[in-house]
Amino acid sequence: MQTVEDTKPCFPLFNEPEYRDLITNKREQFEETVSKEKIAETFAWTTTQEYQDLNFKREALTINPAKVCQPLGGALCGMGFEKTMVYIHGSQGCVAYFRTYFNRHFKEPIAFIADSMTEDAAVFGGQKNVHEGLQNATKLYDAKMIAVCTTCIAEVIGDDLGAFIGNARKEGHVEKDFPIPYANTPSFVGSHVTGWDNMFEGIVSYFTQATMDGKVVGSNKKINIVPGFETYLGNYRVIKRMLKEMDVDFTFLCDPEEVLDTPANGEYQMYAGGTTIDEVKDAPNAYTTFMLQPTTLEKSKKFVETTWNHEVPKINIPMGVEWTDEFLMKVSEVTGKPIPESLLKERGRLVDMMTDSHAWLHGKKMAMFGDPDFLLGLTKVMLELGIEPTHIVCNNSNKRWEKAMKKLLESSPYGVHAKLYPGCDLWHMRSLCFTDKPDFIVGSTYGKTIQRDTLYKGPDFEVPLIRLGFPIFDRHHLHRMTTLGYEGGMYLVTTLTNAVLERLDEKTKFMNDTDYNYDIVR
Amino acid sequence: MSELTREQAQALIEEVLEVYPEKAKKDRAKHLMVNDKTIEQSKKCITSNRKSVPGVMTQRGCAYAGSKGVVWGPIKDIIDISHGPVGCGAYSRGGRRNYYAGTSGVDSFCDINFTSDFQEKDIVFGGDKKLAKLIDELEGLFPLSKGISVQSECPVGLIGDDIEAVAKKKQAEIGKVIVPVRCEGFRGVSQSLGHHIANDAVRDWIISNRDDKAFESTPYDVAILGDYNIGGDAWASRILLEEMGLRVVAQWSGDGTLAEMENTPKVKLNLLHCYRSMNYIARHMEEKYAIPWLEYNFFGPTKIAESLRDIASHFDDKIKEGAERVIAKYTPAMNAIIAKYKPRLQGKKVMLYVGGLRPRHTIGAYEDLGMEVIGAGYEFAHNDDYDRTMKEMKDATLIYDDVTGYEFEEFVRQLKPDLIGSGIKEKYAFHKMGVPFRQLHSWDYSGPYHGFDGFAVFARDMDMTVNNPCWGMLKAPWLKEEESTGELKAA
Repeated sequence: MQTVEDTKPCFPLFNEPEYRDLITNKREQFEETVSKEKIAETFAWTTTQEYQDLNFKREALTINPAKVCQPLGGALCGMGFEKTMVYIHGSQGCVAYFRTYFNRHFKEPIAFIADSMTEDAAVFGGQKNVHEGLQNATKLYDAKMIAVCTTCIAEVIGDDLGAFIGNARKEGHVEKDFPIPYANTPSFVGSHVTGWDNMFEGIVSYFTQATMDGKVVGSNKKINIVPGFETYLGNYRVIKRMLKEMDVDFTFLCDPEEVLDTPANGEYQMYAGGTTIDEVKDAPNAYTTFMLQPTTLEKSKKFVETTWNHEVPKINIPMGVEWTDEFLMKVSEVTGKPIPESLLKERGRLVDMMTDSHAWLHGKKMAMFGDPDFLLGLTKVMLELGIEPTHIVCNNSNKRWEKAMKKLLESSPYGVHAKLYPGCDLWHMRSLCFTDKPDFIVGSTYGKTIQRDTLYKGPDFEVPLIRLGFPIFDRHHLHRMTTLGYEGGMYLVTTLTNAVLERLDEKTKFMNDTDYNYDIVR
Repeated sequence: MSELTREQAQALIEEVLEVYPEKAKKDRAKHLMVNDKTIEQSKKCITSNRKSVPGVMTQRGCAYAGSKGVVWGPIKDIIDISHGPVGCGAYSRGGRRNYYAGTSGVDSFCDINFTSDFQEKDIVFGGDKKLAKLIDELEGLFPLSKGISVQSECPVGLIGDDIEAVAKKKQAEIGKVIVPVRCEGFRGVSQSLGHHIANDAVRDWIISNRDDKAFESTPYDVAILGDYNIGGDAWASRILLEEMGLRVVAQWSGDGTLAEMENTPKVKLNLLHCYRSMNYIARHMEEKYAIPWLEYNFFGPTKIAESLRDIASHFDDKIKEGAERVIAKYTPAMNAIIAKYKPRLQGKKVMLYVGGLRPRHTIGAYEDLGMEVIGAGYEFAHNDDYDRTMKEMKDATLIYDDVTGYEFEEFVRQLKPDLIGSGIKEKYAFHKMGVPFRQLHSWDYSGPYHGFDGFAVFARDMDMTVNNPCWGMLKAPWLKEEESTGELKAA
């Protein structure tokens, strides 16, 4: 029972004896559950190699996927442009879900609108929704651009988005020249990273495809940066800072850094920052375009190469020391600007941190899951620190990723233990964490249940989660951090090292039991 | 802000509507009203459960959210398949915090996302074969599950899949309940039809499964309907019912099980908390099994005591005495909580915009703390909800249905409430505006809020948010200085 002095929320309220009894009595009297022994036996079976073999035979069932659907990525891309309202053609429930998903990760307001297709639209097509929706959206939300992507209802019934938008202009639902780029983002193809790629291509082709006359590569003396599905705000900031320090002019093509980080000052700003339409129009005039997540930006890359005639530099995601070196050298090569002393010093600081921390990380076995390029970068960082990646689960992998990953792992003696699991999900990962236990698992919040499940087998089996990636719902403000560049390397080294040290404390803090290694110096 | 007159409130609505194009304005006007307690039937003054206007930023979800997310998801020993593309299952995973007690992945499955992850070929060739195979795989990996539900996502209904046939065939094969649910997101206008479809699926595939089976009943058997155990709400409710002498045979659906649902037709009284999402099955059991049902409200000591007495009135003196005993037991603690928090919250104005029952059910709890609800609205209510709400609200307060992001922000700018209770999509915009905000779907990761134990947490939470010092930091001191000098000059 609660008291005013000690009011308890769920925990520890439900640990009180009256609630323990209530839950036990309910189970025994009404739930018709199987015996405790049977449950224990079944749980133990789920931790075995036999179960893993069965688990890996799955062909139809996905359990705890580490990916979501295309329009979520399309929506993030749309947010990165100045005063752009993301408009999703399809069912409204999807849009509520996309907003919620980002709300929970960023702890920020997310303004997307739906045109709320329902049963009649499923029968007659969604043109009426597009017309009415565009009219209302342009009146209400003071946007400079409306970026449209689709949910699966519109894709399954084959709505012709281009024609619908064209007709909306013709019939006066929206001004003739109001910018409305769009992309088809079917949820049953690819994943959120594909959606980002599609929306990006949709936006840049809308503004540049027909106006390539007079465009001259290199004439604006800038480089373009294409971030891909990027949810670390620090990553936008660090790339900009490095380029500024190099005195390189650049255009961030898709830049949601401001809109995802507006101040609490009494006013809600629906829009903030973002790439301007003029910048997009001018983008073909750049020296070239850097794709920061090269394995998942195929469509955008192809457009940039064939329409803008850019020679897209072959780089890796700039994570860790060497791939950041590579990025900066490439930028320097393209622009002729030298890499300044300040970045050299920053590099040195990161390497210094690595020398300081390597002893805690060397030989640690880490499993990981997440988006393709993020995993490549993370693996690179681990290999640079002597960490041994083990199970690498990429639910939304592709052939390019597999090839790149294999090459990377073969390049280092620390990569020999790693095994790739393309297309696998986190229930596969759960099995792997039981049968071949890593020291840690690195990934999004969704790794949390694996930590719990492994602990349930016993304290020696627990695989602690290190939270890196997307989404992170259960820790605050980590989305503000940086994983790219030398600065990102610093965050990663700090995070990984301190996770190891925290874990050591957890295991050694028992007086008169583990009176060693619980050190105040490390 | 001081209270509005009816005319001022009406003028505010009209002002807010001004920006809309003609058609949208006409439509939205029907969903906004100034409360008039003299009117008995809300249909005279507000329209609800209609399609959202395209392009206006509705906060509504879909039928799948109402079925999988709300009704089916919390049943712990049934595996819900999110049947279709990969997103829906992930987006609806874990956000509602409907707690359960059990061994995840062995006898309980609420926090696991099972999906058929449709690919293009499934759209082209249909997903039935995949579904059949998937059910076999589930059976292999999770032998202790009690049943399976197939929660349809949008494409399933569009490509002509026959999930009913698959369900029947597999049910016969594996001998477990397999329930096809046609809750495709495009059906209906909000979550609401999803609730209805989910209820109907329970009616068709579960409720009569034990009609011929014996059950050791007592005169005091009840079921809790429409409590999803968010933050443990159903446990904090169950404890009171048990303490007054009732036997709670089933929880629908928070921490619920298939057996409990199948045994529900044997109870004497169905207790309905969320009317909107479960009145359908309550009515069905009333018709088919002659089980009466009763709406109750376990938010705040006043309403809880009223409800306990109401519930007891359906039973004998033993239960009536039990209710009084329970009320007497908790009253001192409740008084202490009110004594602590009421002085800190007295007179604070609240605006609510939530889902099924909370815009009306929490009013009493706020009033117990001396707070006043000056605006309330629902994402997916019907007019029977508004009938009930109008009685609870004061005259000349605002009532808004399927409020758009724009309307809600404008209402808040004008009315300047001290607290908003709404959802995660609304939350952060109001944080920027400096308006204290609590999520009233997920209890903002706190809870329970039901029952006497829950009210203690509710009071604590409202106080911590309304009175937290952070809200005083929004203006930088040098800007405050400029403002006051500006004012001085103006004066």
